[in-house]
Amino acid sequence: MSIEVRNISKSFGAFQALADVSLRVESGELVALLGPSGSGKTTLLRIIAGLETPDHGSGSVLFHQEDVTAHNAGQRQVGFVFQHYALFRHMTVFENVAFGLRVRPRNVRPDRATIRQRVSDLLRLVQIEALAERYPAQLSGGQRQRVALARAMAVEPRVLLLDEPFGALDAKVRRELRRWLRRLHDETGITTVFVTHDQEEALEVADRIAVMNKARIEQIGTPEQVYEHPVSPFVYDFLGKVNLFRGRLEDGRLTVGGSQFGAGAAGGEEGSAAVAFVRPHDVEVARHANGNSIPARVDHISFVGPFVHVLLMPKNGEPIEAALPRERWRELNLQPADEVFVEIRSARVFADDYSI
Amino acid sequence: MSLVTPPQLAGPSSKSAAMRPPHPRSAATEPRWLKILLIISMVGVLGLFLILPLASVAVEALAGGVKAYVDALANHETWEAVKLTLIAAGIAVPLNSVFGVAAAWCLTKFEFRWKSLLMTLIDVPFAVSPVISGLVFVLVFGARGWLGPWLAEHNIRIVFATPGIVLATIFVTFPFVARELIPLMEAQGNEEEQAARVLGAGGWQTFWRVTLPNIKWGLLYGLILCNARAMGEFGAVAVVSGMYPGQRTVPLEVESLYTGHLESTVPAFAVASLLAILGVVTLIIKSIVEWKYRQELAATRKQGTEE
Repeated sequence: MSIEVRNISKSFGAFQALADVSLRVESGELVALLGPSGSGKTTLLRIIAGLETPDHGSGSVLFHQEDVTAHNAGQRQVGFVFQHYALFRHMTVFENVAFGLRVRPRNVRPDRATIRQRVSDLLRLVQIEALAERYPAQLSGGQRQRVALARAMAVEPRVLLLDEPFGALDAKVRRELRRWLRRLHDETGITTVFVTHDQEEALEVADRIAVMNKARIEQIGTPEQVYEHPVSPFVYDFLGKVNLFRGRLEDGRLTVGGSQFGAGAAGGEEGSAAVAFVRPHDVEVARHANGNSIPARVDHISFVGPFVHVLLMPKNGEPIEAALPRERWRELNLQPADEVFVEIRSARVFADDYSI
Repeated sequence: MSLVTPPQLAGPSSKSAAMRPPHPRSAATEPRWLKILLIISMVGVLGLFLILPLASVAVEALAGGVKAYVDALANHETWEAVKLTLIAAGIAVPLNSVFGVAAAWCLTKFEFRWKSLLMTLIDVPFAVSPVISGLVFVLVFGARGWLGPWLAEHNIRIVFATPGIVLATIFVTFPFVARELIPLMEAQGNEEEQAARVLGAGGWQTFWRVTLPNIKWGLLYGLILCNARAMGEFGAVAVVSGMYPGQRTVPLEVESLYTGHLESTVPAFAVASLLAILGVVTLIIKSIVEWKYRQELAATRKQGTEE
């Protein structure tokens, strides 16, 4: 079941949450809507679900080429997982999951035995069979999340929509659950859209990522595309750490102090201001000068995951962050206050009309 | 050898009893004499203003012996009064629970203009003196009131009759249910209703299966308060009924027995004891419901704040 959103706009009073947004999610895809808070991602998800109506006369929502803009949330047959789960507090886990089946009109409602079977299958799928008789208040955050997911899946939704599904969980449970969500998606093959403000989560889980900013989609593509080839400074900045080098365009190159970067397709006139964006892992540290390199002093070294993060202070200008593989760091034997040289392996230059 | 965890390693938030200082001194640091003085004055006030009057009702009612007490209650007019009270409360309480739920539902689950105005209007019966409330009904429905001539033409009696008593009771007890439900429903938000809608439930299904079960104890609590007031209301009902024989609720009957029977206070206090018993029963039910209601609120908070 594919989802298509065409030219949707949505305002809340004077605040524009979505401005002429279009998006296509292919059948069986897992797509992340990624953006800072207030970027419109949750509003877009709620419009797809039918919980919010787009501005009058603007655009349409299609499921499998069928226009569902006029259908209400119940008619759209979507599974929706709320940020705070919205479990029915007075019902047991079992009753929560069974709810969507029990409220069906008599002629399409499964009989008791079928409901019981379906619910226990789902509880097994989300690995909480043992908790069927508990109430939501008696569950941990991760368990509630699973109940919410099972409840959404019970109605055999055509698409699955998740609003910040792991937002309220601690880091470890979060990582575990998102891998598990990916597996669940691969097993069921249901078209899924989830909202997140966590770039790592989007990069790890999604097939494609729609990066949203200020009521618009800035870029949509695979994790590799958006990470390696960001189309705008915003996307570059939002998807991971970045070093900025401000300078002027000369001869198709960006000159920052004594160093130069190939400007590529940055646009901008000769002599105009531009900014080079450099990922920490594209920063190389050397003991000896090499033509284009920038002299700097090692300020601080921290160990995060497989990389060693080195904060470098150039003679003038902003601090530069480098992420070195551990072997490289050992090889260099870096210590704080060492004088070293920084080389930039690759950079992306944008005309300077953007500020972070 | 076993490792002993030094106490300072445990977090400051630890609630284990072992972590408390060895002296079971409470946080209050008032001297003992002040504590005793406060307790005595509190008990004194409670006794003087709450327990003594209640006891005096029992003593006065039984002053002429059990037979006089039973005779006073078996009186025809007493039963008329009880019947009228039950009719008024029997109509006002169900109606006001429907109004109250509807008002709380629309005030908490929807956003619209004039919302705060509506919120204020609900409180009008609390703000206005009951006597004035009763008088308003007389002015509207009475013989010389706005609708009086038209009602007389169609031979409908409202004021100085049962319908007036019922109307006044409804008016005076209107806010109880809504007032009780609004904070609860506000705290619960409408995410569960949205979840029900996405799962395909219709409006009524959502109300019966999700909204109502979530507020049932709060609703019951409001109903009890509403009922206690409906049965005990004096001012508004006194004005609209004119206190004519046959148009007296139990509180009006007490008043009229007390002022009318100069030779003995037994009948007045016997009937008053009915209200006193109603009060005690209400308190007992209220405590039970309150206990349940607090659990409901606690569950709301527990689900509202994620870890």
